[in-house]
Amino acid sequence: MSLQQFMNEAISPWMKDEGPDSDIVMSSRIRLARNFDQTPFPIIAENEDLEKILDFFNQEYHQQSFKNYHDLEFVRMSDLKPIEKRVLVEKHLISPHLAENGKLGGALISKSEQVSVMVNEEDHIRFQLYFPGFQLEEALAQAFDFDDWLEEKINYAFDETRGYLTSCPTNVGTGMRASVMMHLPALALTQKISRMIPAINQLGLVVRGIYGEGSEALGNIFQISNQITLGRSERDIVEDLRSVVNKLVEQERKARQLLIEQSELQLEDRIFRSYGVLEHSRIIESKETAICLSDVRLGIDVGFISNVSKTILNELLVVTQPGFLQHYAKKTLSPQDRDILRASLIRERLKLEK
Amino acid sequence: MECQECHERPATLHFTKVVNGSKTEIHVCEHCAKEKGYVSYGEEAYSLHDLLSGLFNFDTSLNEQKSKNLSDEQGLKCPKCGMTYKEFTQVGKFGCASCYHTFSDRLNPIFRRVHSGNIVHEGKIPKRIGSNIYQKKLLNGYKEKLQQLIQSEEFEQAAQVRDQIKEMEKEKGTNHDGEGEV
Ligand SMILES: [Zn+2]
Ligand SMILES: [Zn+2]
Repeated sequence: MSLQQFMNEAISPWMKDEGPDSDIVMSSRIRLARNFDQTPFPIIAENEDLEKILDFFNQEYHQQSFKNYHDLEFVRMSDLKPIEKRVLVEKHLISPHLAENGKLGGALISKSEQVSVMVNEEDHIRFQLYFPGFQLEEALAQAFDFDDWLEEKINYAFDETRGYLTSCPTNVGTGMRASVMMHLPALALTQKISRMIPAINQLGLVVRGIYGEGSEALGNIFQISNQITLGRSERDIVEDLRSVVNKLVEQERKARQLLIEQSELQLEDRIFRSYGVLEHSRIIESKETAICLSDVRLGIDVGFISNVSKTILNELLVVTQPGFLQHYAKKTLSPQDRDILRASLIRERLKLEK
Repeated sequence: MECQECHERPATLHFTKVVNGSKTEIHVCEHCAKEKGYVSYGEEAYSLHDLLSGLFNFDTSLNEQKSKNLSDEQGLKCPKCGMTYKEFTQVGKFGCASCYHTFSDRLNPIFRRVHSGNIVHEGKIPKRIGSNIYQKKLLNGYKEKLQQLIQSEEFEQAAQVRDQIKEMEKEKGTNHDGEGEV
């Protein structure tokens, strides 16, 4: 049962490979939005139309394979329990929007979880392809192939002038959102990132925290993505994003170097305090968890900590989310109970490393 | 999509909020956004409605004649899905692919604002259904080239390009019956 796998493994199989620059770039993603040409978009479509699309996906793609993406599994949102949907959201396999509003939504997910297709979200089709580390071009090439494969059986809504037609005017044209997830602890610690963000925005790119409110980025994890989808080719957009990410990687490395040169002991102290908190707390909130995990991951990357695996940040960030915790406990938990279970899971997980 | 707070007005503000580490998407109308204090997440919030209504003001003040026709144009209705232009500006979402054609005349200013001045797609063309668009683009390229060659009096090359164009047009005539109106 693939659904069981999606639920039980915190880290998607594709995350276990280390990609280029994976000390800073956690993952690269390409998302393409597509629609059927003759069916109204999900916000306005009749239930009957949406049902037809779900049936079509189930018939044509369930248990199919394409290239490296084996054993595609189609699930209907209506067949999932709330906690199951939440876990898929926490693993970034579906959007909160699909989980909440998509009673006629579905998802097609490959065994490796590298590809997931959201059906009847804001658009009929939104699929995303993940690669570990910094591999935007590779992700784009694979996304194009996957797109061609889908298009063999689907008449897309496409217009010569406007490109791929989407429900929201902000996605029309390429329908593409290219993004990278970056861990930028040194740029955040030295507050350089807040000065860089406006400049990045000016290039038509958006920076946002993955976990956290507003511009705050819990765990110092930032997502950088393109905003413009019309009038520029996918390759140009990806190239712009790539060059900005390159700069950020370079700056983050410099900032880490500088931190070590100027305040090695303070940095080491901070990292080991966080390590201690994770190893010994009995109650821990998600915010503190994210901060400590970011410190520990930095400690691993700069060599202070050598006996902990690098994937700990990704893994524990997902496992300690509310949905996962409750899936693990097999029941609904109050926030206080979550904080207790979170602390104990982290302690157990760190013991495994020894 | 309706506002999740009042369930009355359409949701025009869409953003992500994180409570205790769990992410939720918020879809509210402007009224409720202010009332419930969502607006403090101003940076994350993105209101297409603002953009569109701002656009109207801009248009009407700039173009007196247009403003007379404004009510007519807002009455535009997509024959396929039934969405009116007014609804589109309120919800900020198209109802179907045909909306793009129905509202076509009003879309350029919107796209310009959302996409840094761009109004025409550059990039991927669907491999299967777009193959004749691809051919058409190629053909147009040849036609331009032909004009250039004639102007620069390179007649020998021009003749070659003309033959290529003839060849392509003949192929198109046999492959797609009636489909390829250029
Ligand atoms: Zn409301
Ligand atoms: Zn329509």
